[in-house]
Amino acid sequence: MLATLTTLLAQVQIREAGSGATTCQGKNEAFCPSYVIDNIDDYVSPVLEHLVLVLASVLAGFLVAMVLAVLSHGRRWLIPVFIGTTGVLYTIPSIALFLLLLPITGRGTETAIIALSLYNLQIIYRNANSGLANIPRSALDSGTGMGMTKRQLLWKVELPLALPEIIAGVRIATVSTVAIATLAIFAGAGGLGEILYNEGVQRGVFKTNIVFGSLLAVSLAIAFDGLLILVQRFAAPWRRARAL
Amino acid sequence: MTGQESAAGGSEHAAASVVFRDVTKRYRGAEADAVEHLSLDVPAGEICVLVGPSGCGKTTAMRMVNRTVEITSGDIEVGGTSVTERSPAQLRREIGYVIQQIGLFPHRTIAQNIATVPALIGWDRERTRARVRELLELISLPADVADRYPAQLSGGQQQRVGVARALAADPPVMLMDEPFGAIDPINRERLQNEFLRLQAEIRKTILFVTHDIDEAIKMGDRIAVLREGGRLAQFATPAELLMDPADDFVEDFVGADRALKRLALMRVSDIDLWEAPLAFAGQDTAEVRAKLAGAEVPWALLVDSDRRPIGWLSDRDLAAATVPHRPDSSPDPVLDRDDVLRDALSDLLQSQTHYAPVVDASGAAVGVLSLDVISDFLASDQAKVEEHPATARPHD
Ligand SMILES: Nc1ncnc2c1ncn2[C@@H]1O[C@H](COP(=O)(O)OP(=O)(O)OP(=O)(O)O)[C@@H](O)[C@H]1O
Ligand SMILES: [Mg+2]
Repeated sequence: MLATLTTLLAQVQIREAGSGATTCQGKNEAFCPSYVIDNIDDYVSPVLEHLVLVLASVLAGFLVAMVLAVLSHGRRWLIPVFIGTTGVLYTIPSIALFLLLLPITGRGTETAIIALSLYNLQIIYRNANSGLANIPRSALDSGTGMGMTKRQLLWKVELPLALPEIIAGVRIATVSTVAIATLAIFAGAGGLGEILYNEGVQRGVFKTNIVFGSLLAVSLAIAFDGLLILVQRFAAPWRRARAL
Repeated sequence: MTGQESAAGGSEHAAASVVFRDVTKRYRGAEADAVEHLSLDVPAGEICVLVGPSGCGKTTAMRMVNRTVEITSGDIEVGGTSVTERSPAQLRREIGYVIQQIGLFPHRTIAQNIATVPALIGWDRERTRARVRELLELISLPADVADRYPAQLSGGQQQRVGVARALAADPPVMLMDEPFGAIDPINRERLQNEFLRLQAEIRKTILFVTHDIDEAIKMGDRIAVLREGGRLAQFATPAELLMDPADDFVEDFVGADRALKRLALMRVSDIDLWEAPLAFAGQDTAEVRAKLAGAEVPWALLVDSDRRPIGWLSDRDLAAATVPHRPDSSPDPVLDRDDVLRDALSDLLQSQTHYAPVVDASGAAVGVLSLDVISDFLASDQAKVEEHPATARPHD
């Protein structure tokens, strides 16, 4: 394992830090806006890669989690099985998981997405599961009593009522994935990790890139969170109505 | 789902009878039956109330009708066919159901809630919209609640919506499990009266569960009193139940004030009133005194030319040669023939008089009600034979 890690790090290109000792980046001050502005083009593709990593892995995690939640909804004995399995996956350190997957899926975006999805799985499954378990008994009884089939009950009553909790899970998953995905660089998948490690740490801890890379990650997380809060409101108008 | 119309569409407006034949339910793992050999015959268009102490099996008995609880043995027929001959989902769409906790869907608007069954059986949008509008009017809610969510309505309004939702596809049979249970007494009374008026119009066959004997007497055409273990203690009309409780359990359950409760079932016009010795202004008092000699009521009632009561004549009034225009005492309380007997009694007691004139719709005196008349009536057999069809049942 350690050997793999070393070879991996060796593959990362090492560059010299800035040339002149008089410039801001030359003195390696905390943050050099001029450097960022001059090299702004270099940041575009890491951000886009990061977006793809987050969106793809949250979507995949969400889809699988929902299938698991619906499967275990009618079969209660499956719940501890799924929670246990996804929980074990969740506890594997992320770098280790990337490296474990390398021999199977090779280096690249796919590997990173698979690993990140496995993390999302646990968070979204847990929320979906508790959302489905918390449907008011009276709503289920009246639905059944009026002649809804199991499937109609699921689609018309249970899933819509569990939606706020499901989306809350997606929010947590998304925000933490924005952070964890910076490690995708170790699977060779690019992303903001490229700015932080390749351009930051590897360049003798180039502070400007570390600060700016972090800033980008935090901004992304906040943006996703805000977006999902909007989705949550839109998906559950009756919750706002209660406040009237 | 499939767009096909359910059987309820074909049998619209026609109520169906509900018959329990020796029905028993034992829940899995239970040591005793929740409902035991229950036989009931509920004619189409009637309200049958299931009443009894908590846990006696009322909800269980009701839920076997729409198969949300499966029957262990025996059979239930709705409209002449066994409930087991239809798929549960199909059956349930043909039977309106108001569950014990109302159970509106919190995430759906009032209109969507009411349209639940129409959506399941594939009504088109226009028909559904029109039906929702019609039902909101029927339950006297303003049309603009249609787009609100249940949480934005008061308990009483939610209760009404629950009833409207059960009525949506015009089912021939309705199951109502303590529909007014969670409502304060004042609103509860209002809802009960409203519902009785509604039922007079729609004439569904209704199974109505309550643990409140007063509600049972008020709402029921027939009452099934259940005891622990879902055993039928008595199945009778409210009047019969109050007159002739089958055993100590029923007598206890009905309460010590059952004589008074019987009065709530009747109107003043249901009993034989005393004849009022009428007097007219200007009439010879000797004539009036002669009339009083043989009368049950010791006072003469002064009436105008349309026989509307003006007041009671005192001895001093009658001491003159002719009857005066203005008597010493007022005729109050004046009772209406259509007043509920219990309310009439209360009026009598409250005004501390022994006699009260009774008038018809035009205000003309038709007789006199006294405490003696009421107690004689309760002691007589006449009360036993009184029968009250749903529409004639007194309510405010
Ligand atoms: N799903 C169930 N499984 C097992 N036992 C049940 C179930 N539902 C009800 N029972 C039992 O059956 C009996 C009758 O219950 P039921 O709910 O029909 O009573 P009820 O008359 O409606 O009571 P309440 O007035 O409290 O609503 C009770 O002893 C109850 O514990
Ligand atoms: Mg009950």
